[in-house]
Amino acid sequence: MDGERRIGRGVFLATVLGGATSLAWGKPVWSKVSGALGGAEALVPLVPTKGWRIYTVASTMPTFDPATWRLSIGGLVQQPVSLGYDELRALPRVNQVSTFHCVTGWTVQDVRWGGVRLHDVLAQAGPLPEAGGLEFVSAEEPYVDSLSTSQAALKDVLLAYEMDGRPLAREHGAPLRLVIPDMYGYKNVKWVREINLVAQPQPGYWELLGYDQDAWVGRSNGYSS
Amino acid sequence: MRPAREAGRAAPTAAPGYVRRFSRTERVLHWVNAAGFLLLLGSGLVLYLPSLASSVGRRPTVKDVHFWAGIGWVSALVLIAVLGDRRGLLRTAREIDAFSREDVNWLRRRRPAEQGRFNAGQKVNAALTAAFLVLFVVSGMLLWAGERDTRFRFASTVVLHDGLLYASLVLLVGHLYLAVLHPATRHALRGMTVGTVREEWAREHHARWHAGRD
Repeated sequence: MDGERRIGRGVFLATVLGGATSLAWGKPVWSKVSGALGGAEALVPLVPTKGWRIYTVASTMPTFDPATWRLSIGGLVQQPVSLGYDELRALPRVNQVSTFHCVTGWTVQDVRWGGVRLHDVLAQAGPLPEAGGLEFVSAEEPYVDSLSTSQAALKDVLLAYEMDGRPLAREHGAPLRLVIPDMYGYKNVKWVREINLVAQPQPGYWELLGYDQDAWVGRSNGYSS
Repeated sequence: MRPAREAGRAAPTAAPGYVRRFSRTERVLHWVNAAGFLLLLGSGLVLYLPSLASSVGRRPTVKDVHFWAGIGWVSALVLIAVLGDRRGLLRTAREIDAFSREDVNWLRRRRPAEQGRFNAGQKVNAALTAAFLVLFVVSGMLLWAGERDTRFRFASTVVLHDGLLYASLVLLVGHLYLAVLHPATRHALRGMTVGTVREEWAREHHARWHAGRD
């Protein structure tokens, strides 16, 4: 055949090379495109709203019953307490806009959280001076993670019961999740039902599988920015 | 090149008025690829879409299904290629690789544009499908390994894996339209299921192949 050219392998190799190099440029480029679209990509079917993915470790998600739900705070405290949903909602409310980073690479910009400062909740129980860490136990067993007391004392650490103007949805941890914007999502424990003050932070669910104890965004888990 | 009617090694004779377009190895490879892709698409969407993730749940199980479906998909394709008509597949790969002047004309909607056994669009589709498969496997293995060892963790892996999902859905929708709905081309589905196509259809759509010049 005259004028035959080997184009098929060119298409194949160029696509593989383009895709493979996108490991170096994919995320920044996509952030720009997504920012330029201004959320218009959500109009396309199949695109998850605002970029959220739902990660769970158990076979079913916990269900929330406002009548029976309680948050208990115990361990190294002056007075263990247990708060019902209404009691929690009666504490001083804070609104906060922060960005959520998942360690697997996806990011959700400008999430509008409503909730209570962790500090205000802890004050109900009165942590003892020897407490060096906090353990957050999820109703989704066996998920658990912990922070040091200094990490937990950061001003933007919340226990959130609202997201984007609505009560926290089941898949986002209803009724209550931890929000610590400086750390990756696996520290932002969903379905929090128990906070224990302990002498030292203990490795949580993902730490036992090799993730970093101090999950600073951009400075842990193999990332450096 | 060998005449069209000997394309498959076993080359069973076609019924009168029909010509053999795809060998058994080619057809098995195609359908195993399709089945594997659909299984991965289904399990992948459950992992990816919040609404499905919530209603189905069982994420650890779905993750295992997705992972092992991927391993099974690639293994099955390799096994078919190794145990099937290897020489025939290599010949097919060369057909897909080679673009004649008519193929380039076909893409530019110019004449003459008589096509071989594959038209230029089908060649591009095959090359992209193969490239997407490689990239799906590489990015999928990186997602799997990165969860276990941070040296394999890249912020863009998930962007690549998701981007491939959208790109391959675009290809799939176009492919399904041409293979199932579009009146002029849907006869090709017969070639991919039973292996043979009508001779007059072959003459019209794949003249170069029908004439044995491909």
